[in-house]
Amino acid sequence: MTSPAAAIEFDDLTLGYDRHPAVHHLGGRIARGVPTAIVGPNGAGKSTLLKGIAGLLTPLSGAIRVGGRGRRGIAYLPQISEIDRGFPVSVFDFVAMGLWGRIGAFGGIGRAERGEIAAAIAAVGLAGFEARPIGTLSGGQMQRTQFARLILQNAETLLLDEPFNAVDQPTTADLLDLVDRWRDEGRTVVAVLHDLDLVRRRFPQTMLLARELVAAGPTAEVVGEANLAAAQRMIEAFDNHAHVCARPMA
Amino acid sequence: MIDTIHAALIAPFAEFEFMRRALVGAVALAIAGAPIGVFLMLRRMSLTGDAMAHAILPGAAIGYLLSGLSLTAMTLGGLVAGLAVAIGAGAVARASVLKEDATLAAFYLLSLALGVTIVSMRGSNVDLLHVLFGTVLALDDQALVLIAGIATVTLVTLAVILRPLTAESVDPVFLASVSRAGAPVHLVFMGLVVLNLVGGFHALGTLLAVGLMMLPAASARLWVEDLTALLVVAAGIGAASAVAGLLLSYHHELPAGPAIILTAGIVYLASLVFGRRGLVAARLARPHLEA
Repeated sequence: MTSPAAAIEFDDLTLGYDRHPAVHHLGGRIARGVPTAIVGPNGAGKSTLLKGIAGLLTPLSGAIRVGGRGRRGIAYLPQISEIDRGFPVSVFDFVAMGLWGRIGAFGGIGRAERGEIAAAIAAVGLAGFEARPIGTLSGGQMQRTQFARLILQNAETLLLDEPFNAVDQPTTADLLDLVDRWRDEGRTVVAVLHDLDLVRRRFPQTMLLARELVAAGPTAEVVGEANLAAAQRMIEAFDNHAHVCARPMA
Repeated sequence: MIDTIHAALIAPFAEFEFMRRALVGAVALAIAGAPIGVFLMLRRMSLTGDAMAHAILPGAAIGYLLSGLSLTAMTLGGLVAGLAVAIGAGAVARASVLKEDATLAAFYLLSLALGVTIVSMRGSNVDLLHVLFGTVLALDDQALVLIAGIATVTLVTLAVILRPLTAESVDPVFLASVSRAGAPVHLVFMGLVVLNLVGGFHALGTLLAVGLMMLPAASARLWVEDLTALLVVAAGIGAASAVAGLLLSYHHELPAGPAIILTAGIVYLASLVFGRRGLVAARLARPHLEA
């Protein structure tokens, strides 16, 4: 069980590929209802951590505990490059996938659901785009479409992997308003971000990763010169021909 | 006038039972195979279908070796070999540095050589031609029931898995994050591919069975955009090619299987040039829109 104040807890968590750890002996928690940023240099294991929380990667050791409805309460926004934009589906059908948790593979999409889908599309400013194939959208429009799908997932915890990458200023502002809305609704937003100014302005809590946890807590304390420099040093020290980790398994 | 049309289009089927049987078999194959082809194409697996078609050969050949041109033996052999390669290629791709396409290429080359060798060990060249190019004009009751049964199973199964299959094709990571359906759906789909290739094998042979899947699918893509429209148009093109190909073969004494695939190929070439999304349309200097 997680404590009531935590959305997610990490217990000596190691995640990785092919025995190489990408996240190493991570402990700590993500507080419920507080927008939390995950920052760190390239290769710090930020995306890997989100995949682990979403259940797409089995821990090499240690554990992730998800509160509330568990994994069913989690929505995950992967990086945009993993979608086949050449596949002929409309914006409406793409967004409708967000209802999967409720209607599954066979449930019908009735009038009520159609209304919800249209409302989600309107909420991200894409009203009128319902019939457009996703292949004709710009990068920013595609990201708005994915946020519409997230709205429908009605998740307790939302994991966003670099959600504002290659997205222009107005779109970022609109999508950040959605993040605020989710916060006001009591949802937990966890976002991997590179823009530290943005993190300082909009995300009260931050985890700084460099394969291991460098620092976690209130953003103003975590995102400082000393911590960032330490993170950079830890990444550069990585050894491709590493020995077996000697620390005891959790 | 009406007599001419009747003689050209209706009489061959009205007069000869083997033509009616061929009609039923080829149209059933086309209607089930084309939607499978659409998904193979959209999932960038067009050549996978081709490789799988070859992979069926040694299984069918072993069935042939054991009990001659027996429908049951060759069907079972083909199914086992096809499923083994479908699952094996995926497993090898995950466990080794080779990507799935390289593994499939290796498997199907092996299969083709092995299959032709096995058939030649016992049979005549006529039997070999039968296995390689099928006998759409000699479908017996058993074969027709098999083909119709496969078509029915295919269409019903596709209807059942359409939503997860589409989700898995568009955004596999999303599907994995909300459901465990991804891997089973992929396996079921590969099973349908093998089933249809085995059905097509009896009518069109191993080398052409994949033709009624891929050519209508590629043609449809040159005309329409929407997924539903693609499935319907592809099935329509496939069925029309089957009818036209049989008539072509009847009137001009061409081999029936190749005539059907050739017809589908001509539709593809015509679509490539004249399709709404084809070469001419792309070159046509139409004024651009305001927004």
